[in-house]
Amino acid sequence: MWVFIVRRLLYAVPILLGVSVLVFALIHLAPGDVVDMLVPPEVPREVADLLRRRFALDQPLHIQYLAWLGRLLVGDLGISFFTNRPVADELFGALQNTLMLALPAALLGFTLGVALGALAAFNRGTWLDKLFASTAITGVSLPHYWVGIVLVSLFAVIFDALPAQGMGPPGVPLSAEQIKPLILPVVTLSLIPMGVISRLVRANVLEILSHEFVGTLHAKGLLSRRVLYHVMKNAAPSALALMGLQFGYLLAGSILVETVFNWPGSGGLMNLAIFRRDIPVLSATILVLATIFVVINILVDVLQALIDPRMRR
Amino acid sequence: MVDVPAVPISPPDAAAEAVRRAQQSKSYWRRVWARLRQDKVTLAMATVLALLLVSVIFAPYFTVHDPYDGSALRRLKPVGTPGHWLGTDEVGRDLWSRMLYGGRLSLLAGVVPVASALLIGGFLGMLAGYAGGLVNSAVMRLADVLYAFPSVLLAIAITGILGSGLRNTIIALTAAFVPPIIRISESVTTQARHLDFVEAARASGAGALMIMRYHILNNVLGPILVYATSLISISIILSAGLSFLGLGVAPPHPEWGLMLNSLRQALWVDPVICALPGVMIFITSMCFNLLSDGLRQAMDVRL
Amino acid sequence: MSAAAASRPLLRVDRLTKHFPARGGLPGRRQAVQAVDDVSFEVWAGETLGIVGESGCGKSTTARLLMHLVRPDSGTIAFDGKTLGSAMSRRDLHRQMQMVFQDSYSSLNPRLPAAVSIAFGPLVHGVAKPAALGRAADLLQAVGLDPALFANRYPHELSGGQRQRINVARALAMEPRLVILDEAVSALDKSIEAQVLNLLLDLKDRFDLTYVFISHDLNVVRFISDRVMVMYLGKIVELGPVNWIYREPRHPYTRALLAAMPSMNPRRRTMAAPLFGDPPNPINPPSGCRFRTRCPYAEAVCAALQPELAEMPGEDGRAIACHIHRPGSGHSRATQAALAA
Repeated sequence: MWVFIVRRLLYAVPILLGVSVLVFALIHLAPGDVVDMLVPPEVPREVADLLRRRFALDQPLHIQYLAWLGRLLVGDLGISFFTNRPVADELFGALQNTLMLALPAALLGFTLGVALGALAAFNRGTWLDKLFASTAITGVSLPHYWVGIVLVSLFAVIFDALPAQGMGPPGVPLSAEQIKPLILPVVTLSLIPMGVISRLVRANVLEILSHEFVGTLHAKGLLSRRVLYHVMKNAAPSALALMGLQFGYLLAGSILVETVFNWPGSGGLMNLAIFRRDIPVLSATILVLATIFVVINILVDVLQALIDPRMRR
Repeated sequence: MVDVPAVPISPPDAAAEAVRRAQQSKSYWRRVWARLRQDKVTLAMATVLALLLVSVIFAPYFTVHDPYDGSALRRLKPVGTPGHWLGTDEVGRDLWSRMLYGGRLSLLAGVVPVASALLIGGFLGMLAGYAGGLVNSAVMRLADVLYAFPSVLLAIAITGILGSGLRNTIIALTAAFVPPIIRISESVTTQARHLDFVEAARASGAGALMIMRYHILNNVLGPILVYATSLISISIILSAGLSFLGLGVAPPHPEWGLMLNSLRQALWVDPVICALPGVMIFITSMCFNLLSDGLRQAMDVRL
Repeated sequence: MSAAAASRPLLRVDRLTKHFPARGGLPGRRQAVQAVDDVSFEVWAGETLGIVGESGCGKSTTARLLMHLVRPDSGTIAFDGKTLGSAMSRRDLHRQMQMVFQDSYSSLNPRLPAAVSIAFGPLVHGVAKPAALGRAADLLQAVGLDPALFANRYPHELSGGQRQRINVARALAMEPRLVILDEAVSALDKSIEAQVLNLLLDLKDRFDLTYVFISHDLNVVRFISDRVMVMYLGKIVELGPVNWIYREPRHPYTRALLAAMPSMNPRRRTMAAPLFGDPPNPINPPSGCRFRTRCPYAEAVCAALQPELAEMPGEDGRAIACHIHRPGSGHSRATQAALAA
């Protein structure tokens, strides 16, 4: 079994390398290079070429790649074009802000997802289940960023109950001032995990129910705690795996929601970087987020292997 | 009393009956089609989608105003204004026109990436699954690298760094959709490759290409088609999301995601209007999702 | 047939070996499943060679090696005197030799109608589509299925026996001289099995075929074979005419196998299990004779030396791989002419 874990970890290395190559390739496929972005076009070519040599841009590509990779591995994520400050500082702060959204959204989405899924499964065939089915399909067809906009227009504009944008004072959210701006983004963010997890839980629970308790469980629920416990225990592994993946998505894919709410997280940072054509910030953020996603995937695989020996290939 | 002997089925009748049944024996795809036609939900969705397509493609016939024609005087008229039944946007352009014309770009950005991913991913997956060994490893590793990004992130990486616009959006989304299709196609091919009928085909001396064409393709097509149709709705949402971020279609072209973003600034003035493009995205996406479900059910024919 | 051809075996297999790498473990410490090890035999034109053995003995792998669906690690296959690889290409081999698989359902593409499945082989070799389909219809007739009814049927619309007939038709579409039947009737109901077996015999006469019939069902093999080959853990242990093998089995494994067959004869009741011990792991076969861990007559020489498949002195056409039956091998019973029946 440890062989499997080691193999899985080793396997991640070429993937991460591939990711870095991809980002590097994208940077170099971009129209114009670094110097063109730094200096105005009136500058004569010799000066621009001098700058290029200074930035080591005249070196062959693989040398540049290795140098870039080397810098990354020691934590040097580059300097922002716009603010001239190290990217790592800004990114670190931004990630914390994203975490402030992702964690509650995960909690909310996962618990509601499990509850709804289980509820639908135990009440199979009733109106509850049908409602669930239609909600599920609606949920998948909705652009979640649009839901965020709708929520804003409802609660911020029409009802004027919650702030439409921005983050409150930094730090662990305990005060009302900090919590209020959190509510809408967290709810919006939690929608997708809630939908995905509730569907999986429903399918799993249905499958387990069909296994053992055929004919001995009344549909209206002789829901003894023992039955519930047994069902949940069996449904847990794949649900947990999916939760891990969804958490990864929440961390790495939050940009749309953060844009809607002007939240200064990693997504917001990317947004600004796109707007300002700040390539170092953009590429570093993408790289870090992708790495986080890969790491979470590995953790999920390992966890699954630990829990369920059948999953190992 | 004379016993009435059991009436034997006379041979001509039995043969005729059997021949009739044999001629009715439909191919797999024809039966899927028959089942699709019977599914009411699918029919409804197909109708809605058809209406949508027609109105979008033939937008000039359904609209009065030019979607690019704006005037500051007509800014942000609410729903129900005479002459602009859905109101106008923040630059004064007729919203109904912009929604219909915008549908062209949005649908294009939704369907083209999926179609390309289907072709590229389906082919690569079959190749990897059939060839096995190094080729398989190479293709699957490449897919894994692309898979290491959440789709949104990958799309942003490509469009953010390479530049915005419809072409890059399509490239980015194709790149995001190719890995899962490769996975499905490779998995089906690998399983089929070890099935006896493929071995029997090899025993007939068939080359790889012939086997893939006759034996593997028709088994792969089913699963990837179902998956692809469910991808279309995601593609529409994602492409609108990219435009929303400013990475997709550029203004002043009408596109649903772009409209969602630009109308957002008018949130405080008229909260209803800015939700409208999202409704279109939702309806279109829902239609494709239900169609995909219907297709999946129809294809789940007992084989 | 020329005199030279008559004295030459139709199929000759020499020292065929195939080891499969075992899954799992880190690279460099992989072990191998010794599926087929140093196997040599001949098949003569017009006969039916039966191959029996328990699961894992290598019969199916042998079949696939013969058809070159799996590449051997070493050894040669020669068809009608021409060696595969030099005088004969794989494509040519497939025109002469075809195979019918065990699982009638998975051997047919669920998306193709019967006639197209049958016609596929000829199509591959350049026969025009109408001609290929015509041949398919003729073959359907030959295997007892009315083309008008069955040509357009899909596998899921057919019974097991019908599917297997279609598999036979498909094999015959290539007009082969030798057909390998790998557990071709094992999955069928007994009554259907009987029908298909009779069909096979009929076709053999009609098309002048040679069969290699692989099965774990000893009764069926006895019914259809002229000669029988017994395999154990990748090696041949006994080979000879069917009646001799069944009436007077020599190799301890063959005896145990036959003794385990349920009999209608009340006088042939057995109380003791004929075979003891667990079937060994094909990844780590026992040293020397592979059967020695379960053989009641095993001795030291059996662990030290692998018995070669050798013709029995005085019995032409019969070969055994056992130290008992090789005078001078060192086994205590080797000096005896034959085991007491």
